[in-house]
Amino acid sequence: MALVEIKNVHKRFGDLEVLKGVSLNVEAGEVVVLLGASGSGKTTLLRCINHLETIHDGEIKVAGELVGYTRDKDGKLREEKDAVTSAKRARIGMVFQRFNLFAHLTALENVTEAPVQVLRVPPAEARKRALDLLASVGLKDKADHYPHELSGGQQQRVAIARALAMEPRLMLFDEPTSALDPELVGEVLETMRRLAASGMTMIVVTHEMSFAREVADRVIMMADGLVIEEGPPAQLFSAPSHPRTKAFLARIL
Amino acid sequence: MVFDSSAFFETLFSSTFIIPALMTLGITFVAMALAIILGFGGALAALSRHRALRWLAQGYLGFFRGVPVLVQIVFWYNALPVLTNNAINLPALIAGTIALGLNEGAYMTEIIRSGLISVDPGQREAARALGMTKAKAMRRIVMPQALKVIIPPTGNQFIAMLKTTSLLFAIAVPEIFSTGTNIYSQNFKYFEVLFVVSIWYLALTALLTALQKMIERRFAARPRRNAAILAQEHG
Repeated sequence: MALVEIKNVHKRFGDLEVLKGVSLNVEAGEVVVLLGASGSGKTTLLRCINHLETIHDGEIKVAGELVGYTRDKDGKLREEKDAVTSAKRARIGMVFQRFNLFAHLTALENVTEAPVQVLRVPPAEARKRALDLLASVGLKDKADHYPHELSGGQQQRVAIARALAMEPRLMLFDEPTSALDPELVGEVLETMRRLAASGMTMIVVTHEMSFAREVADRVIMMADGLVIEEGPPAQLFSAPSHPRTKAFLARIL
Repeated sequence: MVFDSSAFFETLFSSTFIIPALMTLGITFVAMALAIILGFGGALAALSRHRALRWLAQGYLGFFRGVPVLVQIVFWYNALPVLTNNAINLPALIAGTIALGLNEGAYMTEIIRSGLISVDPGQREAARALGMTKAKAMRRIVMPQALKVIIPPTGNQFIAMLKTTSLLFAIAVPEIFSTGTNIYSQNFKYFEVLFVVSIWYLALTALLTALQKMIERRFAARPRRNAAILAQEHG
């Protein structure tokens, strides 16, 4: 059984259908990069996986469980209770384009907040683990700094540590380096590279082709709300079969 | 103009105003507490995804902000007993405090709503992605940041409320101003008595201002924890 099973997912914003029946499986331990022009639906798909967005049709399962929905006896999907969805989300890490570190908390408190508040980890234990995580992203000396005192790259590394503190079985990355100055991109990609090497299951929306080429097990090409092509990066980058993939790669490489 | 300084000092140092001053403070705090509770409810309703709740908040805001507070005060004290055939007949102090609180709640709704929308939606989203429920994300992440925006104007409203309590003289609540009116209607020393009344309001306002400064300082800047202590604790 795949860790993430996406079946025929449809999503609309008003009259605009941004996902038109996406199906995709991600195995445990796999690193998958989603590619596509802006508006192709890749970020929306990512946000549907942990139910930050509702879906209109199809289903998404993580570790065999629907996220955000329960299935009625008559087979219809119904949105489940907030507390139930929240508990499932706790095991799915997410890293945002704009970091979204909690502005009123220090780096350390950003990392301990959810384990203490959601998982009920004793504060002393959460602190110890948070300091280890901050050390692992190279920021132990910034533990008592507030987000506005950190560079974008440092903030994003704290955000990764914050997500990892929940011991997720899956990590979602939504253009994690797009808001960074070019010289800060490397440190974040390096952190992600090490995370991938540790065996974490990752779904990454990014425009960093070198990352996709070197780290991804599989690259998914999306266009107009559909998956149009997928394959190992070596194959997809050197011999794309779909004309839109060719056009996209020609523009971006 | 003749300033009767003996009447002035006698009034100033008489104990007559102590109880009314405490009453004025008490009404202010209770009415503001009511207003803040209503304000939170109103703000959450105004930002709700349910249209009925948004309409309810809009109606509350429109009505209580649109009708003069003096009219509302007299309504709660004089009109409500008539309207309900004396089933609801509130003492002046309670009727007046409710009227002030309900009216102020409309303003607090707007203040709290503006605080909540000042927080970047990404903060809430990150909290939700970490598994916090809506309520927890509000309490732990959104509200602490919104408070920085909510507290300064709330201090303002407190001080405005302190002075608005003087309207309760219309329903004979023995607060500072109506106590003054009782005195000058007997000795006709309007100026001296109103001077004393003003001094009492100024003193209480100064007290609240000091309190406001203290609270703002606590919420504005959290002291950076000492890095050395942190390093020591964790080797």
